[in-house]
Amino acid sequence: MSIDPPDQVARPRMRLQPTPAPAPPPAVAPTAGLTNGIGHELIRPAVFDITDMSVHYGAKRALAWTTLKVYRNLATAVIGPSGCGKSTFLRSLNRMNDSIPGFRVDGQILYHGHDLYNKATNRVEVRRRIGMVFQKPNPFPKSIYDNIAWAPRNLGMRKDLDERVEKAIRQAALWDEVKDRLKSSALSLSGGQQQRLCIARAIAVEPDVLLLDEPASALDPVATQSIEDLIHQLKNRFTIVIVTHNMQQAARVADRTAFFSLDSVERVGTLIEYDTTEKIFSNPVDTRTRDYVTGRFG
Amino acid sequence: MSELPAFDPTAPLVATGNLQRRLVVSGVVQLLSWIAAGIAVGVLAFVVIEVLVRGLAVLSWSFLTTNAGQFGGGGGIGSAIIGSALIVAFGALIAAPLGVLCAIYLVEFAPRRSPLATVLRTGLDMMQGFPTIVIGLFIFGVVSKKQSGFAASLALAMVMLPLIARTSQEVLLTIPQSLREATDALGIDRWRSILTVILPTALGGIVTGAILAIARAAGETAPLLILDGLFNASHTTIDIFGHGVPNLPLLIWEAAEGGTPAELSRVWGIALVLLGLILIANISARVLLARSRRRMGL
Repeated sequence: MSIDPPDQVARPRMRLQPTPAPAPPPAVAPTAGLTNGIGHELIRPAVFDITDMSVHYGAKRALAWTTLKVYRNLATAVIGPSGCGKSTFLRSLNRMNDSIPGFRVDGQILYHGHDLYNKATNRVEVRRRIGMVFQKPNPFPKSIYDNIAWAPRNLGMRKDLDERVEKAIRQAALWDEVKDRLKSSALSLSGGQQQRLCIARAIAVEPDVLLLDEPASALDPVATQSIEDLIHQLKNRFTIVIVTHNMQQAARVADRTAFFSLDSVERVGTLIEYDTTEKIFSNPVDTRTRDYVTGRFG
Repeated sequence: MSELPAFDPTAPLVATGNLQRRLVVSGVVQLLSWIAAGIAVGVLAFVVIEVLVRGLAVLSWSFLTTNAGQFGGGGGIGSAIIGSALIVAFGALIAAPLGVLCAIYLVEFAPRRSPLATVLRTGLDMMQGFPTIVIGLFIFGVVSKKQSGFAASLALAMVMLPLIARTSQEVLLTIPQSLREATDALGIDRWRSILTVILPTALGGIVTGAILAIARAAGETAPLLILDGLFNASHTTIDIFGHGVPNLPLLIWEAAEGGTPAELSRVWGIALVLLGLILIANISARVLLARSRRRMGL
């Protein structure tokens, strides 16, 4: 196990399956560009350790040859053109694709050393630890309070429910706007507020990872700004993976960026380059990355 | 396509040639649909008004609350209203949970192209088309072997079951998939999501479907002839397991068979009560549906 940075609280390690999977030797994270803000380089543990991942929908291959590590308490952006497998990649990280007919994943996705697609792995437990926020805000047709309280209630976290709800809404920077109308319908909120409510709902169960699938693409610039500010704050507590169409957004919020694109020979989405955001946007190694981030793609 | 004829763009903007002919055809078709709609509404209005006028002549508080005379002939319909309510209520108590559970299985749990789901779906469709007299015969000959109110409830449940299952399915299908994704992403079991998010959202529509099915079953006469025809309408009974209980459809039938002028005027009163109950059920179902649509944000 690598050393936790001093400003991080170690999370309890829980098993995803009854039989312990042999944990691979601890990965030593690359340290380039990762500092704790006072100049010390950090060694971060990997939350996801993905090796040669590929995804099929029936006979169609949507993603191939993808190997990368996602580090704890960083915001990792996934960028790339449409149809390059970004969302497929993200949704495979908490098994949201399982319900799609013909979905198959090959290679290995380790989450804290546990195989996500092991037979014994329970996908409900996976999603309880790896939350997700979707492109379109999808609040329940319930009150604002009940939207947040629903999951904790069903998970048996009934103790101090009011405090938990308030804390989640505060963390999602929504408290001042809704504190006087917690009992009114969540559908009465604006699009940006609904999306922050969905983020509050996701963090109310205290997950380990937050997956954000283009969380601001349906929102106006002001709401987008508030979501981005939020991501900056949330990464102190959660590991964040965000898929975005918007390169400036990736540059603004992410510590590390993965660029996905279509492989030129086989026309299948794949990881082209993965590095610190600074490196990807200022000095990428691959010409395809450079063409994309400078807007010369196509 | 042949080339369009050259036209003069400065000519007056009035219909000529082909367009004129099409406008005539359009007008004729519109007129015919108006007439057809008028006939349909007219028949309904004619029936309702006729029943209303003739029924109101005999309708009174004592007609509704007193029982019929000893051997048919005169008297009120109190016992029949209570009996009809009992057998329909027990039928609904059996059919509603079964129907809703069938719909939940078909929409939420059945794998795609599952043979069981196909059989169930086809079976429900066929059941909806069953002659109700055959249902009555089946219950009498195979299940109950005697007349009783409960036997009638069973038959009415068989009438209601496919209707409730079908409308519940349709309501569940209108619930956006994004709502299910939202519950999945929080790491909650599907059955809990169904119980606390999906069903509450669909409740208005499901209740509407159930009310419409109840309204349909309340007027069902054929199975009652076999299962619930021997009753003493001068006596109020709530013992649906013992004997036949008085009911409205068969009271209409008996009064109409009676043939005396007094009986023939009485029959319209009974018809008005039955029709009124069914219309009220229908209208309230529609109001409920509209309200639940608004709540769902559709």
